[in-house]
Amino acid sequence: MDLSSINPILLVASIMVSATPILLAAIGEMVVEKSGVLNLGVEGMMITGAVVGFAVAVNSTSPALGFVAAAAAAALLSLAFGLLTQFLLSNQVATGLGLTLVGLGLSSLIGKPYEGIKSPTLPKLDIPVLSDIPVLGRMLFSHDLMVYFSLALVVAVWAFLKHTRAGLILRAVGESHDSAHALGYKVVIIRLMAILFGGACAGLGGAYLSLVRVPQWTEGMTAGAGWIALAIVVFASWRPGRVAIGAYLFGGVTVLQLNLQAAGAAVPVALLSASPYLVTILVLVIISARGAHAAPASLGRPFHASS
Amino acid sequence: MADTLLSLQGLTKIYPGVIANDDVTFDIGRGEIHALLGENGAGKSTLVKMIYGLNAPDKGQMLLDGAPYKPSKPSEARQAGIAMVFQHFSLFDALDVAENVALGMETPPPMSDLARQIREVSETYGLPLDPSRTVGTLSAGERQRVEIIRCLLQNPRLLIMDEPTSVLTPQEVEILFETLRKLKSEGTSILYISHKLEEIRALCDTATILRLGKKVATCTPAETSARQLAEMMVGASFATPEAKRGKTGEVLLAVNELSLPAPGAFGTPLREVSFEVRAGEVLGIGGVAGNGQDELLAALSGERMAPAGSIVLEGKDISRAGPVARRDLGVLSGPEERLGHAAAPDMSLIENGVLTAARREGMLKNGFISWGKARQFAEEVIGHFDVRTPGPGTAARALSGGNLQKFVVGREILQGPRVLVLNQPTWGVDAAAAAFIRQSILDVAAKGGAVVVISQDLDELMEVSDRFGALNEGRLSPTRPVASLDIEQIGLMMGGAHDMEVAHVDD
Repeated sequence: MDLSSINPILLVASIMVSATPILLAAIGEMVVEKSGVLNLGVEGMMITGAVVGFAVAVNSTSPALGFVAAAAAAALLSLAFGLLTQFLLSNQVATGLGLTLVGLGLSSLIGKPYEGIKSPTLPKLDIPVLSDIPVLGRMLFSHDLMVYFSLALVVAVWAFLKHTRAGLILRAVGESHDSAHALGYKVVIIRLMAILFGGACAGLGGAYLSLVRVPQWTEGMTAGAGWIALAIVVFASWRPGRVAIGAYLFGGVTVLQLNLQAAGAAVPVALLSASPYLVTILVLVIISARGAHAAPASLGRPFHASS
Repeated sequence: MADTLLSLQGLTKIYPGVIANDDVTFDIGRGEIHALLGENGAGKSTLVKMIYGLNAPDKGQMLLDGAPYKPSKPSEARQAGIAMVFQHFSLFDALDVAENVALGMETPPPMSDLARQIREVSETYGLPLDPSRTVGTLSAGERQRVEIIRCLLQNPRLLIMDEPTSVLTPQEVEILFETLRKLKSEGTSILYISHKLEEIRALCDTATILRLGKKVATCTPAETSARQLAEMMVGASFATPEAKRGKTGEVLLAVNELSLPAPGAFGTPLREVSFEVRAGEVLGIGGVAGNGQDELLAALSGERMAPAGSIVLEGKDISRAGPVARRDLGVLSGPEERLGHAAAPDMSLIENGVLTAARREGMLKNGFISWGKARQFAEEVIGHFDVRTPGPGTAARALSGGNLQKFVVGREILQGPRVLVLNQPTWGVDAAAAAFIRQSILDVAAKGGAVVVISQDLDELMEVSDRFGALNEGRLSPTRPVASLDIEQIGLMMGGAHDMEVAHVDD
């Protein structure tokens, strides 16, 4: 095994890139679950975002427009989930699974003409001064906008939930929709907005895969990233900071094991490939084993004003 | 009261198939404590929801200070100075006290100010509360304080209280009344919903009685007897349960230092619970909700295994026997929650009868159910206990609470129990049905059975029990003959006032 072939600067830089799509999807899903809705369709919304973002970016030659379109498309898909579960009171688990299947099928249909094309990608920002710092500059401060956007989003979501009244109401709805309704809060509308936000975030995450990380369209390219995002939310005990840790841990181990494979480590390839999943779940289980688990008490329970 | 705050005129609310409120008219005066009395299903909740803006009336109008008042949502009601303390608390377990209070306010101040205000108000009205505590860790009485303080911080002109005392000890009730009287002296009106007649006679200036959605009467409760009030509520006179006392026999059920860990995060552990019940005797177990009642029932029914030697039936250790084995031995039980615990909601009454009675009533043959016998048994329960239902094939969830309660209690009693354990046997049941259930409990004892009645309704326990004990944080007080007890002593057995203090009336 030749560890010298692993460049630590490139390694850290690619960890950030690899973690960003999962972080975006997970932070969105966390908000959805905080409002008491379990949307298992993250994978489907992500891949829809990936294909729509890719198609729009290729046709308009503007990656920014691609991201906007991806967020809109995935939010539209999540709206279908929202209408079904919040107004027609369909089962959230079944509807979410259906959403994933729809997203996967729809994306391969839309994506057929775009296979093998290269898309325009986001420029690196190279933040002035900071990016000139030796080593750290290349590692942390010369990424594209979405990397920083995703981190800013985590902070924004944290501040929103902890310090704003709207955030308090969102948490209250997820905690006890009956109590929130009795106090006069519009449970269904609040949940619908959270679902749309979650959808948009998943779409951004998907588009980041197809426009920056890869950047190409291949069928089924999310490869379970949406499921990992869901798992991270649970094991992170619905806390934004831990969601970020989980996403970076998963991204980190993914990149590291790829590097180890390339360096010819004497570990079975299958085990290396499985390692990101194992390590992420193990670490987050250890974190969440201490302290409260704090699942929103109304998570996944249907709400109807009459009851 | 000459000075009217809120006037309800001809309020009517129709739900599909039922008129919840029919032309209800009455006035609430300024600084008046006005009782709203009625059985379950009499339309009290619907009426209150209209005042609080959760429902709109189909007909009729409300005048607040003489001006038309039509709240379309609770926040409008709150802005108009109307606040409400809910029966089933409208609280959020995972949030802290200050956050819960903020959620019920229109324009909450910043959190640091709010915490200070909560301390001030709780000090003034004798309701101590720490704003940073998580609500899930509070006792029922403390949770109610959160609701009350949330209302008081908005300086309401009308405070609506929906069955506020059902979760309090007698001492806590007295302190709550002091708070309410202080509010009244400050000019706040209170609409007080309850079916506890003595409380209303002690506290309220005026009472309006509803029956089947219609107003029956408005009267002055202090000048009306509890019996008269009850008969106005029910619309008929009914027999008070009467004990036909036989001799008490030998000890049937003995519980020795029963300790069990809490079943979940919000459960209560049982701590060295000991008691004996004799043949022909009713043991009443009181206590504020959440002090181990459900856990005690689960231990006695066999849902949870108890340590060996802790539960003994007629000299035989049944601690490690499951529910089926205990039923075979004659230990029958009826848990508090009707739908989902005592009865399977979507199954018919016949099937629900089979679920507990199959073996004792010989409905099984080679492992197959004899549906003929099952139907016969269900019809017997329905006939004997006057369960109002279209037939035994009706799903349990389609029955009203009181009727289902009659069915699930009747189902156990007809099986001829040696030991009958009931938790909240008349919870949410109208007065006439409750009287009937209590009579049936007394009849079981008269026939030589032993009965354990767990209840939060002290009047009920006084009526049916021979001896009384109270659960407090999973511990059972020594049991004492009911005849020797007064309400003061009972309150102390239940844990007293849980560190509450009387409102500082002078400031």
